[in-house]
Amino acid sequence: MTMLQAVLLTIITASTPLLLAAVGELVVERAGVLNLGVEGMMAAGAMAAFAAGHYTGNPWAGVLAGALAGMIMVLPFAFLTQTLATNQVATGLALTLLGLGLSGLLGESFVGQPGVRLPRLHVPGLSDIPFIGPVVFSHDILVYASFALVAAVAWFLFGTRAGLILRAIGVNHAAAHALGYPVIKVRYAAILFGGALAGLAGAYLSLSYTPQWIENMTAGRGWIALALVVFATWRPLRVLGGAYLFGAVWIMGLYVQAAGFGVPSQLLTALPYIVTIVALVIISRNRTLTLTNTPASIGIPFVPDR
Amino acid sequence: MKAPDETSAPLLQVRGITRRFGALVANDDVSLSVKAGEIHALLGENGAGKSTLVKIIYGALQPDSGEILLAGEPVRIASPAAAREMGIGMVFQHFSLFEPFTVAENIRLALAADEDKAALDQRIREVSRQYGLPLDPGALVADLSVGERQRVEIVRCLLADPRIIILDEPTSVLTPQEAGELFVTLRKLADEGRAIIYISHRLEEVRALCASATILRHGKVVDSLDPRRETAASLARLMVGADIHDVHAAPPPDMLGAPLLHLRDLTLPPDGPFGVPLYGISLNVRAGEVVAIAGVAGNGQRELFRALSGERLAQGNGVIFIRGEDVSRKGINARRRAGAAFAPEERLGHACVPLMTLSENIVLSRHATGEGLVRRGVIDYGKAREICDRVIRANDVRGADAGKAAAALSGGNLQKFIMGRELDRKPALFIVNQPTWGVDAGAAALIRQQLIDLARAGSAVLVISQDLDEIFEIADRIAVISRGELSAAQPAGELDREKIGLLMAGAHETARGAA
Repeated sequence: MTMLQAVLLTIITASTPLLLAAVGELVVERAGVLNLGVEGMMAAGAMAAFAAGHYTGNPWAGVLAGALAGMIMVLPFAFLTQTLATNQVATGLALTLLGLGLSGLLGESFVGQPGVRLPRLHVPGLSDIPFIGPVVFSHDILVYASFALVAAVAWFLFGTRAGLILRAIGVNHAAAHALGYPVIKVRYAAILFGGALAGLAGAYLSLSYTPQWIENMTAGRGWIALALVVFATWRPLRVLGGAYLFGAVWIMGLYVQAAGFGVPSQLLTALPYIVTIVALVIISRNRTLTLTNTPASIGIPFVPDR
Repeated sequence: MKAPDETSAPLLQVRGITRRFGALVANDDVSLSVKAGEIHALLGENGAGKSTLVKIIYGALQPDSGEILLAGEPVRIASPAAAREMGIGMVFQHFSLFEPFTVAENIRLALAADEDKAALDQRIREVSRQYGLPLDPGALVADLSVGERQRVEIVRCLLADPRIIILDEPTSVLTPQEAGELFVTLRKLADEGRAIIYISHRLEEVRALCASATILRHGKVVDSLDPRRETAASLARLMVGADIHDVHAAPPPDMLGAPLLHLRDLTLPPDGPFGVPLYGISLNVRAGEVVAIAGVAGNGQRELFRALSGERLAQGNGVIFIRGEDVSRKGINARRRAGAAFAPEERLGHACVPLMTLSENIVLSRHATGEGLVRRGVIDYGKAREICDRVIRANDVRGADAGKAAAALSGGNLQKFIMGRELDRKPALFIVNQPTWGVDAGAAALIRQQLIDLARAGSAVLVISQDLDEIFEIADRIAVISRGELSAAQPAGELDREKIGLLMAGAHETARGAA
């Protein structure tokens, strides 16, 4: 395996969890809900996926458990913010703290235990092509799923009536309600979808990225995913670009550090954040595009007429 | 009252509808009936129960008791979608379009079933041509004028081919000419055999358009009549339940004083995504006169108010003068100290902090005006309460006391309080945006009288308003704002509705303003 191959492979594995979590949060925010609990749902997903894989020995049980854990974690958030109309920022922060704490507590006995690894795909022929085979055709299913989800979400939001309704609810929930659309039900569904994808992102961490459980193994990726959604002006393809840009700069930084160039490590650690923010800010300078994509009711609780 | 005695049942009959919100009875045994081909006015003050009634007819609210009959058949209207399926359409007053979406997307959202994009675009073009409501299906709603947005709402409603159409104050945002075009469309719709329920507080309009009317007061039907046989004054009396105080406008003094507000070529770029730029605005308001700025909403009124109040500073010196002092680059408190007072459009959230008490709200606008309300950073609440009580007494603010939250007051009473708070300082210059928007007729008359009295006592008053009746009632001179440009202020006697309508449509604009 060449150096370039290794770099490309690690970029893909570093970017996938960001992409999964960000695409989920994108749908949530497009429906007008700000869920700051991504980090917590990811941690819970990672822990549950590891536990399920550890007990059953089956990585697919782990994938399922990760997604389910994300959905279960986000249910109280959905109930509080939608049914009881609580403040979404505070509730989302609480969800992050709860997810991190709970996963640490329940996962204590798994620290240092062997985990299972999600199998890598092997397509006869394709995977054997030199260079391209290992880089493009030899990943686990979640990598391909993340791309498929970006395409599916883009098609759903901009190509279907249901997507138009979801975006309408995010833009002006009062008007959507007046037209007779079930604002709160749609938001529940979006929140659960976001929870499932955050859980999947966590499952990827503990089943593929590093197949083990370590407390706080999400290491702030949930927050990066959140930032990506905003800077990508709520467009799925830009989220894809942002996630891979972040992953790429991050991994390059690690290689540069390892190669022993005289660059301060703090600068290299900060670089992916700086580059991603700068790039996405430049993209989002087109004001009309930003405006037409911003879900205007984001974070505002919806309370229907008595 | 004349009962319709046709053989066929009325298209819509509402019988004995009652709806309570807690202790408040919003609709108390309300009945009304509308025939096919009829334009039926629903009249009443704010809070009389008009909105509740139409929401019930449109399925957005359920009645506690009473029944609704469509063409003689009792029906239960469970939701707006159900209402649309039964052929009931509604054109909302505002807040019901999705700004970042295209016209076609907005319309698609209101259709029961999905439709092919090209076919829908074609249908939109057809319907809009048929009813004289030209629209481009691909345009972004955010880029449309208020009148065009209303066309979207009407076309959206018409595409479902409704038998009954409800319009909630459709002309409040239109120029007189646009309103005239709307009436042509409405008559055409009625001639096709549709029934139209028309909510408005513009009584002259109702008299010209409607053959029948139901008047609500405090949730009850007080009368059903033919508005063409009434006068605007008699209709107003029925709505309010008492004679409305006539605004008494003393003639302006022959010799006007010095200009207390002087604007010299005020130009500002837009302040936000959907903001309006201001172009070369020049104006003098002299001591003793009321100058009004007319215009259709969203043409720069908010931006002009913000620039005058100092919420947004001018870009250079020598642009805004208050009592001769150049305040172009000075903030709101410096402008207040120069003798000005301001009352913005939104009562809650701009003029007042909703959850703060009235006396705290007194402090908020008067803490830095040199009245000793704040000494060494400490608030003198005793004094604030004193001012608050004085304002409440002097302005007939009902249901208020100094310790009550601003949000607990009704719209009219809160507006009286806000006006009183500023008038209590006896400002040399008073700038107010939409002084009587959403205020009941009694309070509106009182506020208008106060504005005239302030001017006649030697102050300069600048009123920004969309209500032409109000403007003709109080203004000595009138200017019109359209797309951020202000026409020259002309004496009110030399203008009529038609001339103002032309100016509202941009007759005075230079090439700069045309986008």
